[in-house]
Parts: sequence; C-alpha cells; structure tokens
Amino acid sequence: MVTINLGVIDWLVIATYFAFVIGLGFYLKRFTKSEEDFFLAGRKNSSWVAGLAFLSANLGALELLGMTGNTFKYGMYVAHFYWIGAIPAMLFLGVYMMPFYYSSRIKSVPGYLKLRFDERTRVLNGIAFAVMTLLVSGINLYAMALVLHTFLGWHWDASMWASAATVAVYVTMSGLMSAIFTEIIQFFLIWFGLFLVSIMGVIEIGSVKEVFARIPEAYNTLWSTSADPSQNGMLITWGGIVLGLGFVLSFGYWTTDFLVVQRAFSAKDLRSARMTPILASFFKMAVPFIVIIAGLVALVLAKDPNSGFALLQDGGQINYDSALPMLIARYYPQGLVGLGVTALLAGFMAGQAGNISAFNTVWTYDIYKSVINKNASDTHLLWMGRVATIGGILLSIVTAYWAKSFPSIMDYMQAIFSWVNAPLFATMLLGMFVWWITPAGAFWGLLAGMGSSVVMFLASKFNWVSSSAIAMSPQASDMAVNFWRAWWAWAICFGTTVLISLSTKPKPQEELRGLVIGLTPEADTANVPFTKRPEFFALISLIVLVLLNVYFW
Amino acid sequence: MSTETVKMKSIWYVVGLLLLIIGGLVLLGGILNLISPPEHKTVLANLRPDLWWGGIIVVFGGILFFSHRNSH
Repeated sequence: MVTINLGVIDWLVIATYFAFVIGLGFYLKRFTKSEEDFFLAGRKNSSWVAGLAFLSANLGALELLGMTGNTFKYGMYVAHFYWIGAIPAMLFLGVYMMPFYYSSRIKSVPGYLKLRFDERTRVLNGIAFAVMTLLVSGINLYAMALVLHTFLGWHWDASMWASAATVAVYVTMSGLMSAIFTEIIQFFLIWFGLFLVSIMGVIEIGSVKEVFARIPEAYNTLWSTSADPSQNGMLITWGGIVLGLGFVLSFGYWTTDFLVVQRAFSAKDLRSARMTPILASFFKMAVPFIVIIAGLVALVLAKDPNSGFALLQDGGQINYDSALPMLIARYYPQGLVGLGVTALLAGFMAGQAGNISAFNTVWTYDIYKSVINKNASDTHLLWMGRVATIGGILLSIVTAYWAKSFPSIMDYMQAIFSWVNAPLFATMLLGMFVWWITPAGAFWGLLAGMGSSVVMFLASKFNWVSSSAIAMSPQASDMAVNFWRAWWAWAICFGTTVLISLSTKPKPQEELRGLVIGLTPEADTANVPFTKRPEFFALISLIVLVLLNVYFW
Repeated sequence: MSTETVKMKSIWYVVGLLLLIIGGLVLLGGILNLISPPEHKTVLANLRPDLWWGGIIVVFGGILFFSHRNSH
C-alpha cells in the first residue's frame, strides 16, 4: 500500500543526500592512508564528533520506527530504553571502563579479551560479534526495503541493492572515517527530518499536557504503575526494568558492543574518549522527544474517531511500525516529505555502515589476523578491511533475502543482543574489576552465558518452558521475557566465571597492569578542576536523568 | 596536488553545506506550495511548516557552513 507520494522537490532532497554521501566517500579516501585511518578514523576525533557518532550508531531507522511503534503499543514505558536503559551504562563506560579500553590501545573490544584473558575468549567473542553484526545488518537492510516498498511503493530489490551499493562504496573507500561522517549527517537529518512530526502532533492536539491527559494511566506514566505488571502497558515489574533492561541489557550493549564503543576508540585522547559516551548521554535523553511524543500523538489520534488517523494493518494485525510514516504522511507537504524519507534512509544506511565498519574491524583483527594470517602487514590488513567490507555487505544481502523468506526472523533481533552482549558484560565487568578471574573462567563462563541464553530463547519459543517461569510472573509480554532472559544469561555467565576462576590459575599480576582496576595507576587529574573532569559532566547527566524520571514518574 | 598539503574539511562544514542545500530545497517547496497550493492538503497545512521549518534548517546550516568554512 502506497501512503506517501513524492514530488520533484522530494526526489531532489533524496538525490542530494545520495550524491553527498558517495562524494564524501571519494573525498575521504584521500585521507585514508593507513590501517589506523581505516579502522579507527586516525584516532583524531574530538569528543563532540565521536560522541554524536557514538549516539548515531545506535539511532538507526529501525530503532526510530520500532520505538515509535512500541510507544503506541506499550506507552511511556518505552522511555525506559532511553533513560534508565541507557544513561547509567553510558556514564559507567565513560567514567570507569574507558580508561582500560583506550589506554590499552586495542583496536576492538575482543582485543581487550585477548590482553586480559587469552586468544580463545577473543576468538569466541569475535565470531559471535561478527555473526550478530551481519545478522543485524541484513535485517536492517530487509527492514529498509520493506519500509520503502510499503510506504513509497519502491521496488523491493532495487531499493535494497541501491542502498547496499552506496554503503559499500563509501565504507570501502575510507572505513570508519566515512561511517562517522555519515553518522553525524544522519544525526542532524533525523532531528530536522523527524522532530517536526512531534511538534505538529502537539500543535494539533493542543499541548503536551493534553496529549498525556487523553491516554490511559497505564500508558502515560513511567514508574507509578510498575509494582503490578497488570497495571502497565508493558506488563512488567520495576524489577524487570531495573535488572533486565537497566542493568544487564543496557550495560551489555552500551559498554561492550563494539559497534558503539568503536566510535569512542576514534577519539584523539583519553579525555575525549571518556567524554564521548558522556556527551552522547545528553542527546540520548532527548531522543524521546521524537519517538515517544510521536508514538503518544499517534495513540491519541488513533483513539479519536474524528481524526481520520489509523495505523496500517497487515493480515488483520496492526502494523505498529507504521506509526511514524503515517504521521509523516499526515503532516508533511512536498519537500518536507522528501526530508522525512531522507532521514529514514540516512538512519537505515548509517546503521548498516556502522555494522559493516565494526564487522570489518573485528573480522580483520580478531579473526583473520588472530587465526588465519598472524604475520599480516599493515598494508595487507588495510586491503583485508576493504575486502571484508565488500564481503560483509554481500553477506548482509544474503541475510536480507533470508529474512524476506522467513519474516519471523525480525522477532529474533532483540533476542540476538541478549545472546551476545548480556553475558559479555559479566565477563568484562569481572575482567576489569577482579584481578583473580582466570582465562579458563572467562572462556567457559562466556560460553555458558551465551549457550544458556540461546537455550532459554528456544525453550520459550517452542513452549518447552513457560515464558512466565523465565519472567517470574504469570503475565509477561515478549519484551518482559527478553529483559529477564538477559538477566539470567548474565547471572549464569557471572556465576560460572567466578566458580571456575576459584579453581584455576589466574594470570600473573604484572601482565594485568593497565587492564584491571587496582593494578593500574590512576590518571593524574589532581591539577584539573572538578568542573573540567568527565566525572563532573557525568554527574550533571545523572541529575538530568533523575529529574526526568521524577517528572514523568 | 599532494595530500600532505591538503587538510580535511571539518565535519561541521560538510554538515552545514548539506543542511543549507536541503533546507533550501524544503524552503523552495514551501514557496511553490504557497504559489500553487496542492490538491491534497496535509493536516495543519495552513501553518506552512515547510516555509518556517525550511527556513530554520537554512539558518542552522548557514551558521555551521560559514563559521567552519576555514576550519579543518
């Protein structure tokens, strides 16, 4: 069903964006001379550039469409993904973990596992991350083609191949550098392209207060209905939010997922690297002003029979992801429609570029150089990075076709993060903060955590075990089960790692300097005023977070 | 020209240039819609969001572009 018609101006806006990002790839290639330029953007970015890229790597179109749709489905509780489900983890990364990552001069997160533990833990995580990245990249590509086909009537194959080819061109040319440039462009396009939807929605309804007044309490509060899962739209308790989302899933994603952490590695010095996630946290807290407000506006309009607004239906089921495109169609005239579509396209393509640039780094350093060709020269690695980019894009296309023939794979996407990131966070936490954790403990703990998460997913999917047993609640939404499964995977990894470490031999302490707290000299910040330290900005971010939660309690 | 002597343009300059062009196109669309109103009107079209939002993008893009045109 075609719901958005494009005019000449709209096409010009879209063509301008495509010409710009391809031109950028050619322009930046002149400055991509070494493997460090290609994989780490030369390590010369300011905290503002790295911070916006850090946030944008996560701010894909799939996320924007999905979270607006989720707000329609679950209400204000979706804001937890942006506040408690992100900010504490981002601040923890900047304040506590980044010194170990950045100072050890590693090129990837699995690279830290090699230094702290051993090669097998690095390869295990490298392979899991590479597979996850390609799956997410392919699903992202599939989702983009689906959105363009559904809302604009574009040809499925043509839109997928055109965008994949564009990403391939600019990432192959200059790697992370062009990925970061396009991510920052995407950040501004998303704000200018989509924030107006929320503004227009609020103007039509009357005020933000009126929007909240016209939806049920189960949908318009953040915490006050969390004691009883039957009283809120997400059917979850505060325990599931805090432990599953706020702790395990959030920390697992924001502190260990190389897709986002790689942006901080591109910073020019340690202070900039530490400030990267802290600055990003302020912008992250603002994203609900696009997705949550738009989702609530859609909810209010859909409940009003006089509004003439309804979401699309697929086979009798409501297509929640259609909320944002339907609002664009409602409010945007010619010209603005092109901008809104370009913002979504930029989100899809930058999301794919982010996945591919993380994949080519992990493939090149943590699998190829680590296992296949240990003596590869820097020039050869730069060549391999470019080959991996093309290979990664082709594999993403294969995954996208697989997703097309097997649409329920979309359901697996959220689960994939709890398979890989949730247990990895336990390994990282123990690795950075407890010196006696052993390589054997880390490897078997990580394997047990990842394996248990997959088994729990399959067990609830095929009804071997009731989902309510995993969520410890007779009523639990799919989202609630995801949160609890992540928590259990983390706990199993944590417990197994500690138990095995108690009976195996740790690495000598002298090999752990710079990698573990207590064995690493603290940075000399005695002469730096508190108001200029990353900790000060993290404190301000934390205060804003508390105020937002209290205000929307 | 050797790349050693060429410095990379600042990302803010690049973002400013793109916003200037895209904002200009949105503004142009707004002017065209004003001169020749479309048959199908969007909700709140009377507020002319394409005109003022396009204008805001042009101003923001212009500030970024001109303030960083010499920075690298």
